[in-house]
Amino acid sequence: MMLAAQNEARATNGEAANLAALEAESIEIIREAVAGLRNPVMLYSIGKDSSVMLHLAMKAFYPAKPPFALLHVDTGWKFREMIEFRDHTIHRLGLELIIRTNVEAAAAGINPFDHGASTYTQIMKTEPLKAALDEFGFDGAFGGARRDEEKSRAKERIFSVRNAQHGWDPKAQRPELWTLFNTRLAPGQTMRIFPLSNWTEADIWDYVAREAIPVVPLYFAKERPVVERNGQLIMVDDDRLTLTPGETRQLRKIRFRTLGCYPLTAAVDSDATTLPAIIAEMRASRVSERQGRLIDHDDQAAMEKKKREGYF
Amino acid sequence: MNDITLTATRSLLRLLTCGSVDDGKSTLIGRLMFDTDNIPDDQRAALEQDSKKFGTDGANIDYALLVDGLEAEREQGITIDVAYRFMATPRRKFIIADTPGHEQYTRNMATGASTAQLAILLVDASQGLLTQTRRHAFIADLLGIRHVVLAVNKIDLIRYDQAKFDAIATEFATLATRFHFETIATIPLSARHGDNVVHRSENLGWYSGPTLLEHLETVEPAAATSGPFRFPVQWVNRPDANFRGYAGTIAGGTIHPGDTIVVAGSGRSSQIARIVTADGDRAAASVGDAVTLTLADELDISRGDSLASPDARPEVADQFAADLVWMSDTPLLPGRPYIARIGTATISGVVSKIRHKINVNNFDELAADNLALNEVALVNIALAAPVAFDAYHANRRTGAFILIDRVSNATVAAGMVRHALRRASNIHTQALTIDRAAREARNGHRPAILWFTGLSGSGKSTIANLLETKLHLLGAHTYLLDGDNIRHGLNRDLGFTDVDRVENIRRVGEVAKLFADAGMIVLVSFISPFRAERRMAREQVESGLFHEVFVDTPIDICRQRDPKGLYRKADAGQIRNFTGIDSPYEPPEAPEFHLRTTTNDPNALADDLLAALRPQLGLTGH
Repeated sequence: MMLAAQNEARATNGEAANLAALEAESIEIIREAVAGLRNPVMLYSIGKDSSVMLHLAMKAFYPAKPPFALLHVDTGWKFREMIEFRDHTIHRLGLELIIRTNVEAAAAGINPFDHGASTYTQIMKTEPLKAALDEFGFDGAFGGARRDEEKSRAKERIFSVRNAQHGWDPKAQRPELWTLFNTRLAPGQTMRIFPLSNWTEADIWDYVAREAIPVVPLYFAKERPVVERNGQLIMVDDDRLTLTPGETRQLRKIRFRTLGCYPLTAAVDSDATTLPAIIAEMRASRVSERQGRLIDHDDQAAMEKKKREGYF
Repeated sequence: MNDITLTATRSLLRLLTCGSVDDGKSTLIGRLMFDTDNIPDDQRAALEQDSKKFGTDGANIDYALLVDGLEAEREQGITIDVAYRFMATPRRKFIIADTPGHEQYTRNMATGASTAQLAILLVDASQGLLTQTRRHAFIADLLGIRHVVLAVNKIDLIRYDQAKFDAIATEFATLATRFHFETIATIPLSARHGDNVVHRSENLGWYSGPTLLEHLETVEPAAATSGPFRFPVQWVNRPDANFRGYAGTIAGGTIHPGDTIVVAGSGRSSQIARIVTADGDRAAASVGDAVTLTLADELDISRGDSLASPDARPEVADQFAADLVWMSDTPLLPGRPYIARIGTATISGVVSKIRHKINVNNFDELAADNLALNEVALVNIALAAPVAFDAYHANRRTGAFILIDRVSNATVAAGMVRHALRRASNIHTQALTIDRAAREARNGHRPAILWFTGLSGSGKSTIANLLETKLHLLGAHTYLLDGDNIRHGLNRDLGFTDVDRVENIRRVGEVAKLFADAGMIVLVSFISPFRAERRMAREQVESGLFHEVFVDTPIDICRQRDPKGLYRKADAGQIRNFTGIDSPYEPPEAPEFHLRTTTNDPNALADDLLAALRPQLGLTGH
């Protein structure tokens, strides 16, 4: 049995029951967080998972709007199309968005080229995230992480307690039974809530298609300027990306399976210009989506380390 | 097995795997995912690399490394927590809860089992059924799993011997008669070599049953409880004055607009007006659906209330019997208050009695006055107010509860309701004519409970005595409850174990409450070392009545003073469970009064206390 074959079978309309169950579970989680926490916020990172999570939040409180704000930690290195999409989405839904950037570090010239993915992520993503949570006194933050993405995420609770430094202690996790989520916090603790824990990448795309959820155009194939660097295709999104000797800027028909900071996010060659084509391509793919995330590859337990330090 | 029509309703199966590292559990999951082509190439490459570095199977691929996620696990070659895995075949999507089999991780297995429909119990064919197999079967059954697979792994080690396999199957069938499993599939397989996991094995020609995957793809768990309508209200949705909806997930049955419902607690009834969703109103909604309901009438309903079918109502009681799995390093103490979560209700409660604990290895019932980590017991639970629930075997959603520690906020127990206890419903509070206001008017001051806590020898009784004398001179109606005196009488049956200390404080709290209700200023002088019990005493009375007085004296000073010679004896090992030495003291976090005896003399401290208290007590003096 091949991935392609089984994934083709997945496209049956029987998928509807699975998606309905996942949708209901996520809505229950989002409502539970709002009922149990004093002041939660939703991390909005603009990608497909965030788009699905936001869509579910809109459903959870309909006809009211979600009773919490959104937060985007802007590293200053996101694709321009992501920022456009973000502003358009917030306007379309009539929601409140808080945007925070590590301004000092940006002024000091911290960037993903010179400082390494790991240091850069710590300074430009983790630190401003922690600062924003402290600034507004948020006691909980929704994130769009899925358990199928990465091994340490597979072991994290849906309601995940963080200490006063926002660090995760994988060995001190609360047992999480049934849907009886424990939202109680000691002073200084905060919660991360992952409503999409049980979704897979395939579920996300099937749901995007079923619900016609808008996503950033970068997910669709188009001719874009790229350079080949360490075997990965990096898009030249602006002139801050300087070519090293031997590198050439080339136009290639590419798209992204996952979105982040443009220098750290690799593209794939693709002809998939429509949602069905994207889904077909994903089903035929032989590599996992986080392959395109350069920050995961630093070492063996990279994600676990980042989470312990307070990364989402 | 290629009937394509079956795939039209490709469903989701949640399953749990139980077994220890030695049984090859991680290897089995890895093999299952590998042979169903659920491992992408980059992960496959990483696996080959990891196998060389960390692998325990020589040059071969160590499938266990696919699932052991945390750094500590890779280093130590063990699995320490519940992990969730996802896999899909053309027929089904699977969510696999991967839980370790070591005894100290029983709580993790219970966690994984709580959301699972099927359990794979792994045994090593060369070892046969072990104690842990009995434990796994017991916990799976306790958590309501009705479909099990006995995966007889490492069948190659017994040379694919049918007779040995049959003996294991028979032994398990006998064991299972005491449980409530609806289907049991016993499958010979080798995770390491791939026999009968996904691909049928030529080595097992005598076996005619399904492979593991075939069974997982075709087993039909009973549809989620259809039963009577249940709807724990999760969130009241009021965007404006014109809309009042109750958001929640249907926990049982089906509902339509026009159907009559009752609010289980109050017994008030109404009709469903609309089933609201963002995709438009619905004509019906069933168990598992997350919806928002509006009613024809305005009723007083909030989070924690439960809507139900009027013809088949849930139990509503403040006491029930339940199976309990204890999940905390700190033992369960009967009488200690915990926070219970049942349905969407959150309420204070105690384990009023441990009826017996159960040895999960041989199922013996044992007497117990506390429960340690991973112990299982049948207990009585008493809540501060009635809530709605069903028996767990009738409805897993409305019959399950957790207990949360009040101080650490950790989840400390998982519970499964057996039945309501009727005792509570027949005792009604007697309404009294002379109330506290009348007594206050007669006494000329307000009542209070002044709770002095601190180490032995800290000066509690000295200061409490001085204060009582001063209050008495002002004409106040006072009474002093002293630890030593109470232990000679009311509490002389109690010792100094943690269990008895909890009961000691519970009784004193009740007595103090009665005195306060009689209008008196009660001074309580007890070491009362645990925050949880002091909080219980505080929460028994209305707010403002309880004043915690922390008599803060460092233990070295107490030891020097040693007014009763107790520290000398404790240090010599003649007294056990002595607070501050071999029994903990948890200092108050936010006492109303914090007295530091090293820098102030007792009389001055009593004067300060009196000055601070007089306005609150309405004591003007004569």
